[in-house]
Amino acid sequence: MELNLFSFITQLAVLVLLLGAAHQPLGAYLATTFTSRRHLALERGLYRVSGIDAQADQHWKVYVRSLLAFSALSIVVVFLGQLLQGVLPFNQGHGAVDPWVALNTAVSFVTNTNWQTYAPEATLGFGVQMLLLAVQNFLSAAVGLAVAVALVRGLVRSETHNVGNFWVDLTRGTFRVLLPLATVAAVVLVITGVVQNWGGTDIHTLASHAAQTVPGGPVASQEAIKELGTNGGGYFNANSAHPFENPNAFSSLFEVFLLLLIPFSLPAMYGRMVGDRRQGYTVLTVMVAFWLVSTSLMALAVGSYAHTGTGVGEGFEQRLGVAPSAIFATATTLTSTGAVNVAHDSLPPLAGGLAMLNMMLGEIAPGGVGSGLYGLLVLAVVAVFIGGLMVGRTPEFLGKKIGAAPMKLVAVYILTTPVLALAGTSLTAGIPALAANAPAAGPHGFSEILYAFTSAANNNGSAFGGITTSGPPLAAMLAVVMLLGRFIPMVLVLALAGTLAKQRKVPDTAGTLATHGPLFATLLGGVSLLVTALIYFPALALGPAAEGLLK
Amino acid sequence: MNAYGRQLLTSLRFLFFATLLLGLAYPALVFGVGQLAAPAQANGSIITVSGQQAGSSLLAQPVTGDGYFYPRPSAVGWDPSQSSASNLGPNQPALVAAIAKNRAAVAAREQVPPASVPMDAVTASGSGLDPDISPAYAALQVPRVARASGLGEAAVKALVAEHTSNGFLAFLGQPAVNTTTLNAALATLRAGH
Repeated sequence: MELNLFSFITQLAVLVLLLGAAHQPLGAYLATTFTSRRHLALERGLYRVSGIDAQADQHWKVYVRSLLAFSALSIVVVFLGQLLQGVLPFNQGHGAVDPWVALNTAVSFVTNTNWQTYAPEATLGFGVQMLLLAVQNFLSAAVGLAVAVALVRGLVRSETHNVGNFWVDLTRGTFRVLLPLATVAAVVLVITGVVQNWGGTDIHTLASHAAQTVPGGPVASQEAIKELGTNGGGYFNANSAHPFENPNAFSSLFEVFLLLLIPFSLPAMYGRMVGDRRQGYTVLTVMVAFWLVSTSLMALAVGSYAHTGTGVGEGFEQRLGVAPSAIFATATTLTSTGAVNVAHDSLPPLAGGLAMLNMMLGEIAPGGVGSGLYGLLVLAVVAVFIGGLMVGRTPEFLGKKIGAAPMKLVAVYILTTPVLALAGTSLTAGIPALAANAPAAGPHGFSEILYAFTSAANNNGSAFGGITTSGPPLAAMLAVVMLLGRFIPMVLVLALAGTLAKQRKVPDTAGTLATHGPLFATLLGGVSLLVTALIYFPALALGPAAEGLLK
Repeated sequence: MNAYGRQLLTSLRFLFFATLLLGLAYPALVFGVGQLAAPAQANGSIITVSGQQAGSSLLAQPVTGDGYFYPRPSAVGWDPSQSSASNLGPNQPALVAAIAKNRAAVAAREQVPPASVPMDAVTASGSGLDPDISPAYAALQVPRVARASGLGEAAVKALVAEHTSNGFLAFLGQPAVNTTTLNAALATLRAGH
């Protein structure tokens, strides 16, 4: 198979046009949603039955406590629900899930990772998929959104410890943003061919008259939120390569649009909430630049491999094509989605390396729902700090002094993900029994391990698929990495929001480093590349780079 | 009860009611709208041959014998109760061997030189259920199918053209021939004879 350049460019152009048209209206809607004082009737009912005081403005520590309590409880519920699958309704004859698999899966879906250490067809019935996993697809995305909104509030507010109400943010993100969008998206997906029913169809095949059952299930409803919430957990094992999740090239393009939609709209929300749209445009510019460059590099890496080595074909879908797979593979790893429409394990070496590099950037271009914006804003704090040092002034970000307290939080934030990813990789690669989980030998085996821990630490969830159905030790290690990779950064971001909210605003002066415009965008892009991806270069050299050179 | 305990109780109640809306009402709503707007697709794009349900137009099927078009290799044996890629790395000896073996098999079956076998014919799809093949692979199979089915090459070529995705897909993807719907058309023709 060969990459069709015309198809690549036109599809990318269509995405740019659609996202360009959508990001300001959706950003404005998001800003209104999270600043409005009105509660909808449904929300008031939900607050009443859940015992939530929607009027309370929470201290950042209370916000953290609510978030952690909700996430911990969600993990327990998803875990127990899988263990009890055999006695719960809608199980399609599937019994209890293996406890290690259930643990990994519970953490994976609550952390918005959606690493799948199981083959869904053989493991889960409609009940677990619909009532546990799809529900977390909504809620984990809304949690990410809430943290981003709280950070923006920290920048806007002054002389307070309060950063908003977690329950209100969670509810509004879920019911005002994700649910309406997912409903529309799911119907579109059904029209393209994604199934939504309550059972399979028994058939006899054409050539051999063998009895088969065409699978069924509530797939479209899960597919829509899987992309919109940058979750990525497939209803089927093959994820978005499966014809019932992604029937044709149109649905493939639509799914890429869905997974980029909210992350690319958050800068517009941010600009409006801080009262300076230029701030939003600057952040958006950096995101778009990384996305376009990385997508083009991916196309180059895949396209140029067509007539070398094993060529391009293994793991690709003929009905989708090479260009749509290059676009999808980049979008899914630059966001925290991790859905795949091509087997990443079989991508050409440098293309697989690029998928890893995208995640190693910290998923900021545009990143996951919420996590992309707060990830890039944390890097903006670093850029402001470095810029301030260069001009010899106390650094300020939107009138907030970036002193020792915020910088300590930011430093720990930046170190968390690489430490988790690289420690997990080296531990696994160093212990032969664990390393044996990677089916490939040599550099590709190392790539499989590196990809797994990079994916887990960044809450992506895509994989070099050969390693996913590992035994309990690796499943448990990855669960720990996913958990820490999600909640340590979140707590740090909320602490940062609290520190910033406490400060009085300093008025801008002539010497203030502007945090908008091309100069700052360049600085932010450079800083992002330096403090995130570069940390991983030695590891990348051992894996995909070595593979690419060895041949 | 301490602060965490209260938050846990709130969490439990919130999660319960959110599940009713997100886990039950939402998929049910999508089901209802889907059954009204696009029942055929929502139920799996099932095709029938001589009144019998014969498969989904979106899924590949195992093919034996000379009278039908073969889909691409599959890591799951074209079994729709599973789906998977081979997950072999690009330089892995196992992949090199699999490609060589598939190439030899296709060349022998179609009686063509191995070099003329296209990539999609020798590589497994990401899902193992991709029903589509390249026009080149379809063209390779036309003489054999024409011979075995007794339909004549021109008639089979016309059928292939009918089941090739149209030029609009040059923007969206790449041209492809759906083996499942093509084989269903062949089966229908044969049943009519």
